[in-house]
Amino acid sequence: MTQLLDQDVAARVLARALANGGRFAEVFAERRQGQSLAIDEQRIESVQSGAEEGAGVRVVEGNTTYFAHVDGLDPADLERAADEAAAALKGDRREPQPLRARETTPLPIERRPEEVAAAQKAEMLRELDERGRAKGAEIAQLTASYLESRRQVTVANSDGLFSGDDRTRVRIGAQVVARRNDTVETGAETLGAHRGYELLEDDPGQIAEQAAAKALTLLDAVAAPSGSMPVVVGGGFGGVLFHEMTGHGLEADHIQKGASVYIDKLGERVAQPLLNAYDDGRLPGEWGSDAIDDEGQPTQMTQVIEDGRLTSYLYDHLTAERAGAASTGNGRRESFRHLPIPRMTNTYIAPGDAAPEEMIAEVERGFYAVSFGGGQVDTATGDFVFGVSEGYLIEGGKVTSPCRGATLIGNCLDALAAIDAVGNDFFMKTGICGKGGQKVPVGTGQGHVRVRAMTVGGTER
Amino acid sequence: MSELSAVAQRAVEAATGAGASDAEAYVSRESGREVRVHGGEVESLTAAVQIGAGVRAWAGHRVGYAYGTDLSEAGVAAIAARAAEAAEVADEDEFASPPQPAKFEALPGLGDPSIAEWETSRVADLALAVERTALAGDPRLVAVETAVYADADEQVAIASSTGVAGEYETSSCYAYLQALAEGEGARESGLGFGLARGPRGLDPEAIGAEGARRALEMIGAGKPASRSCPVVLDETVAASFVGLIGGGLSARAVQRGRSPLAGRLEEEVASEVFVLHDDGREPDGPASAPFDAEGVPRRRTALIEGGRLRSYLYDTYTANREGGASTGSASRQGYRSLPSVSSSNLVVAPGDRSFEQLLAAAGNGVYVTDVAGLHSGVNPVTGVFSVGASGRMIRDGALAEAVREFTIAGELVAMLGAVSAAGAESRWVPFGGSVSTPPLLIAEMAISGS
Repeated sequence: MTQLLDQDVAARVLARALANGGRFAEVFAERRQGQSLAIDEQRIESVQSGAEEGAGVRVVEGNTTYFAHVDGLDPADLERAADEAAAALKGDRREPQPLRARETTPLPIERRPEEVAAAQKAEMLRELDERGRAKGAEIAQLTASYLESRRQVTVANSDGLFSGDDRTRVRIGAQVVARRNDTVETGAETLGAHRGYELLEDDPGQIAEQAAAKALTLLDAVAAPSGSMPVVVGGGFGGVLFHEMTGHGLEADHIQKGASVYIDKLGERVAQPLLNAYDDGRLPGEWGSDAIDDEGQPTQMTQVIEDGRLTSYLYDHLTAERAGAASTGNGRRESFRHLPIPRMTNTYIAPGDAAPEEMIAEVERGFYAVSFGGGQVDTATGDFVFGVSEGYLIEGGKVTSPCRGATLIGNCLDALAAIDAVGNDFFMKTGICGKGGQKVPVGTGQGHVRVRAMTVGGTER
Repeated sequence: MSELSAVAQRAVEAATGAGASDAEAYVSRESGREVRVHGGEVESLTAAVQIGAGVRAWAGHRVGYAYGTDLSEAGVAAIAARAAEAAEVADEDEFASPPQPAKFEALPGLGDPSIAEWETSRVADLALAVERTALAGDPRLVAVETAVYADADEQVAIASSTGVAGEYETSSCYAYLQALAEGEGARESGLGFGLARGPRGLDPEAIGAEGARRALEMIGAGKPASRSCPVVLDETVAASFVGLIGGGLSARAVQRGRSPLAGRLEEEVASEVFVLHDDGREPDGPASAPFDAEGVPRRRTALIEGGRLRSYLYDTYTANREGGASTGSASRQGYRSLPSVSSSNLVVAPGDRSFEQLLAAAGNGVYVTDVAGLHSGVNPVTGVFSVGASGRMIRDGALAEAVREFTIAGELVAMLGAVSAAGAESRWVPFGGSVSTPPLLIAEMAISGS
């Protein structure tokens, strides 16, 4: 692949970045392009496109990182950033290692989305609109959106690394409002991948139908129950449970700052032996996959829980250096305007051997959380919360009434240890994860998972 | 005319030259820095300048948008051409038309010279002082996960083919920390923060002490029993909910049937205690500016008064749909985003109760100091919510033991109706947009714990 920077320009920028010393320097160059459009009230609107390029330069000395970023990729822009990053250092010049180009293979894109006419994307959204509305007269509102993005990156550092990646992602979403008399409910569904427009060649309209079905189901919902009970979590986006309750706490920056409940737990039993979990940035076509991370490290599959024991944290370059470990390829950044930090890629609980129907049949009274709107964790205390977007009561081993307004709440270590069954029906879903003011695409996945006891916070009196 | 206004004018001409019937350009230049400290050392120091332009183009009643960072003549022409092209893809919408120019009054005092005057080493010392204060005084305070100082100076220029033209400059800064305290076998975290237009307006000791106090207060927290009871929301939590109300007052959400406040104009929606304004010119408001994201003058709008819903928030498009006038409520997240309706500064009128009187009025209940999961636990269309919370029990009108791992649940409009008292002291909070609010007493809320 072609790099955004010539190797000699990168070498010159790194040399300038180390003009006043520093043990490590890096230049990260990026070109970002994107297009998005939406349909609302059956009209195509919010048609927009963007094109940005720029670079971030960092220099590390002692425990301090000096970072500057600029818009533009002219050599003069990059040198300005290097000078600015180096400005606060006071040491002697250091020479970076000679750069050695490392060949990477970006994930394959069959059909470049920027070569598909915008009018065709608009037609696809019209189909989503029609398919969703066709689910019934109670569908009051439907919006659907399309987003494509391309990030070309080149990264070079003073250890001699010179590498790059070319990433294209496509995602569509549908949000539906259903109304029956005074009752209003909503449903949403998304489809996304690190792939090209080929993602949408296989019936994208079904996500509008799925969103509509969720909203319609909820019209019959009862108020969610309150209190501690067994909870069965659905596959796919149900994996956000593991993402919040374990994944964030394994990010090495939280560990090194004392802000994780997983400190000193490596090698220890944190879950029942039936649990195996991974972070894998190499899954073909998945939303959270890349060829390299944003520090040039090849992405990898990292097993974080093996037979219930904690086996690895997630490292970027600096936290790995501090721990005397190797980077796990988890150094990610939202853009050239941000510093890389340890982030998840695709995180999932590996499939188990339980049949989902049986996992539910064994519950006398409980809650079935099919999907979440999202979640949040305080890694320091381990307290987490999830908003349930589709949930049902389990009564006498059977899924009964849909519930509105449920939230799951608990503490990481307790809830992880309370997982007592993992289903054999694995799949992945897409998410956008926020941390430290940076948003990155992440995949979450699992089959059905049952937690023996968890607090459901509802409105039922 | 400044360099930014010149770029904006050029972009407008390029877009109409590329076939747009009308065009508007928004150009911004932001220079900022951020210092993160940890363990008595600077962990990272960021310096940055960002400049870019966004062009909105109309083809009759169809709208398109494009943005970019290349502001060379060719770069601006390319952005403008992409905007004009995007408009051709959109569907006709009879209410989509460019804003007309209106006179706006200058708003002095938006910039603070101390940002430029304070060297980076001095603001780094400020961040270090935040961390140091938090760790001093109590051995149970074991660490600060991060203490951050950040500031930005932003220049904005806007121009359009209908004659809108304006520019302004504003500055802002903030500092915050997440303090960690240890006790009774668990770690607790506490947030402290401050906002100002420049570093001289921040009090690092107060910020550090707030984080320390919040973390220490949570030591030994248990799970409360499920119940329905009076709840006092502290300013940060009240602000998060007020921000959600502000979202429901957007005319865009209302017109498209996606707000719990749709169709409620002039109806009783709140208790008389809860008085809410949007004020885009409030001198202390972080979001204040002379004009909004499409060049319409910012103003003060009564939203909820005397318990009744007085107005929604409008931009030009949503105002056109009702044959009314924009309330100057178009906002954008920089040049990368199309303008859309949102609140500027939401201001809840302070009441007459001291904090102690609020607790006394609550009697037996819960004081909520933190909520989690707002983005997934609140349905903005229906107003139904259930979110994670932590805080203190209120027993016999006084603060008692700490509680965590419970949810508070209800419905937003019903909650407004249940506001039974407001504290006398307001605070600016950056959650839920930009909100100034006192603590609020809610007569009854559902608590779900053990």
